[in-house]
Amino acid sequence: MSVFRQISSVTAMNLRSMPQRIGSSSVIVVGIAGVVGVLLSVFALTRSLSDAVLATGSPDRAIVLRSGATGEFSSTLLVDAVATIKDAPGIARGEDGKPAVTADFVAAVNLFRKEDGARAGLSVRGVDPAVMAVRPEIKIVDGRLFAPGLRELIVGRSALQEFKDVGVGDGVQLRDGRWTVVGVFESGRDANESSLMTDSATLLSAYQRTAVNSVTVRLQSEGAFDAFKTALTTNPTLSVSVERETDFYRRQSEDANQIFGIIGIAVGVFMSLGAIFAALNSMYSAVTVRTREIATLRAIGFGAGGVIVSVLVEALILALIGAAVGAALSWILFNGNTVTLGDSTGSMVFDMQITPSLVVLGVLLACSVGFIGGLLPAVRAARLPVATALRAI
Amino acid sequence: MKYLPLIWAGLWRKRVSTVLTMLCVVFAFALFGLLHGFSAALDGIIDAMSDTRLRSMSRVNITQPLPLAHRARMQMVPGVDEVSYYNFFAGYYQDRRNSIQVGAIDIASFNAIYPDIKIEPQYIEAMLHTRNGALVGEDLAKEQGWKVGDRLPLGSAVWTRKDGAENWDFEIVGSYRSPSGRVPTSELWINYDYFDEARAAANGTVTLYFLKIHDSASAAAISERVDALFANSTNETQTQSEKDWVRAQIAQIGDIAFFVNAIILAVMFALCFVTGNTMMQSVRARIPELAVLKTYGFSNTAVMSLVLAESVILCSVAAALGIGIAAVISPPIYRQFGAGGLNLPVAVVAVGMGLAILFAIVSASLPALRAQRLSIVDALAGR
Repeated sequence: MSVFRQISSVTAMNLRSMPQRIGSSSVIVVGIAGVVGVLLSVFALTRSLSDAVLATGSPDRAIVLRSGATGEFSSTLLVDAVATIKDAPGIARGEDGKPAVTADFVAAVNLFRKEDGARAGLSVRGVDPAVMAVRPEIKIVDGRLFAPGLRELIVGRSALQEFKDVGVGDGVQLRDGRWTVVGVFESGRDANESSLMTDSATLLSAYQRTAVNSVTVRLQSEGAFDAFKTALTTNPTLSVSVERETDFYRRQSEDANQIFGIIGIAVGVFMSLGAIFAALNSMYSAVTVRTREIATLRAIGFGAGGVIVSVLVEALILALIGAAVGAALSWILFNGNTVTLGDSTGSMVFDMQITPSLVVLGVLLACSVGFIGGLLPAVRAARLPVATALRAI
Repeated sequence: MKYLPLIWAGLWRKRVSTVLTMLCVVFAFALFGLLHGFSAALDGIIDAMSDTRLRSMSRVNITQPLPLAHRARMQMVPGVDEVSYYNFFAGYYQDRRNSIQVGAIDIASFNAIYPDIKIEPQYIEAMLHTRNGALVGEDLAKEQGWKVGDRLPLGSAVWTRKDGAENWDFEIVGSYRSPSGRVPTSELWINYDYFDEARAAANGTVTLYFLKIHDSASAAAISERVDALFANSTNETQTQSEKDWVRAQIAQIGDIAFFVNAIILAVMFALCFVTGNTMMQSVRARIPELAVLKTYGFSNTAVMSLVLAESVILCSVAAALGIGIAAVISPPIYRQFGAGGLNLPVAVVAVGMGLAILFAIVSASLPALRAQRLSIVDALAGR
């Protein structure tokens, strides 16, 4: 009998006897379903958050911050610096022939979340009128754009969905009084959609400030970045750092994910270790129950390979069932859930997505747990001394 | 007690299976300790906050500074004993990624308001006499390897000095600690006067005010009176008790409790399955032995108790180990969340051990019942 036929017949026999060991088999399934379900949910949370942050950046845009600043809040740029940046080479022009540049001033306002009534921060971004040329993804879907000079705001659809009293016609209390929401915008559910926007100059004067936080420009092409960056960083009158917007938001998403990353790793490591020991335990008992059967097979000439593979295949099949159950549970519980995370300086609204790539990750993890859990028992089964095993009860 | 050797022998009858089950329980309870400990530590911080202290900040948002002139008017409100203030500094040490929580405070009034934070009198004295002095939290000092007497060059992500320099020089003149162990000691405190004089912008403003009041019952009324003082000005305030404020801050992070409980529930369910299965197997394999015990005169209840006791011992030893692991790795994780200096709350150990015993009994209940109902004749005959 060929090795392959040996393996397949032992495996088939093994699988047919699985229902008799339903108790210990289900231990593997439940253990792995738990690991995969929890990890998929935690990873879906971090992945969806970073996807939403990353979606804000575009490779044909660049963001200019004060040299050394790590984010917008720690950066200030004075009016003359903004003027110099606007003159730099490589900047695209809008339909009106003006450079596609927006100098943003970012403030924050306390509002109440719809879900739990908790007070949470929402950022208020003051932008230049040219913002539409810089960020063409911004579309007004209800009402109209704010008018410069008036206390008017537009609200992102995500912010509108999760926060109270930010609908068209509502008033929002900022530093110098009540501002009216006049429109709703969407921008592909990115970070900006979780904010309020208004005219930069109007907001600056309301807050009695003269400096903006950042300048964002749309470049003529992705390739124009180097020329733009060189022009600014070699200008002795400026002390700025220039980053491609995609790189900037990648950094922001890493920061945002730090906290959940720690939780995810701790949970992942402990749960996987627990599941590996559970799998080891039940595969050992599966092998023990079949001691006589395996010894008989060996006695009539079956090789060790067949026995090892049959145990491993059993463990892997159980692991895959567990992975499927876990993935299904996390999909049912969390897929499409809207999550709001934030602190007093701003919030981020996004949807949790259990993506196929996450499911693949879960399946790989399950297979590793199943493989490790099956390997030692399989080797032990193959090494059973035939004579002793046949006498075993 | 005399049954202990019997229980012990039962546990070690199948060494591999017992050890594997134990390890499984160890990691499950390590995870429990970590997660439940985290939410318990947050609750501990809320508990440690006083409701005879109020916090007042800009109604619009905490990033919006309030004028220092508010202090004098707040002090006039009946029921307010003392008003102190705080300004965020957004510091970092050597590397911008190594951010340090720094607060600019007025040490005299601050110390009067916070008796639950212990600062040695000589340190307060030194702080009053050293303009660029700094007090370091016990845990922060441990983490960064700082000690009293060190010169400390710090950068700030927000504040530049009037002379255009971005570097600030401080001198560590003392430290503070939390005798209750429930307040994080992960901040550095500097003199507000020195800071405010040197900074290039926003001079004469603070991030928030602390108000000490006579009695907690009047907290809401005093908060309203304070807010009314500044209503309709460009610097309206939002005042609430310290407890409510911290609770709101924690709530902002998102629904932590839900996630934590969901994970714990999933883990415990899976675990119940594993241990239950092990005990079931062990009982099944020992049916003749249990029957022999009954023949010797062990009552049904005694045999059942033996099985339960095995499960309880296995689970509680493993749970103790697991919670021990959680106690070791928790403090560094809390530090990542800005709550350095906190330990795994003791209550978590009690809850964990209680849970371990409950769960040992639940998972062993079926095997134990089977052992109890065992009929001697059938079992010995192998039926």
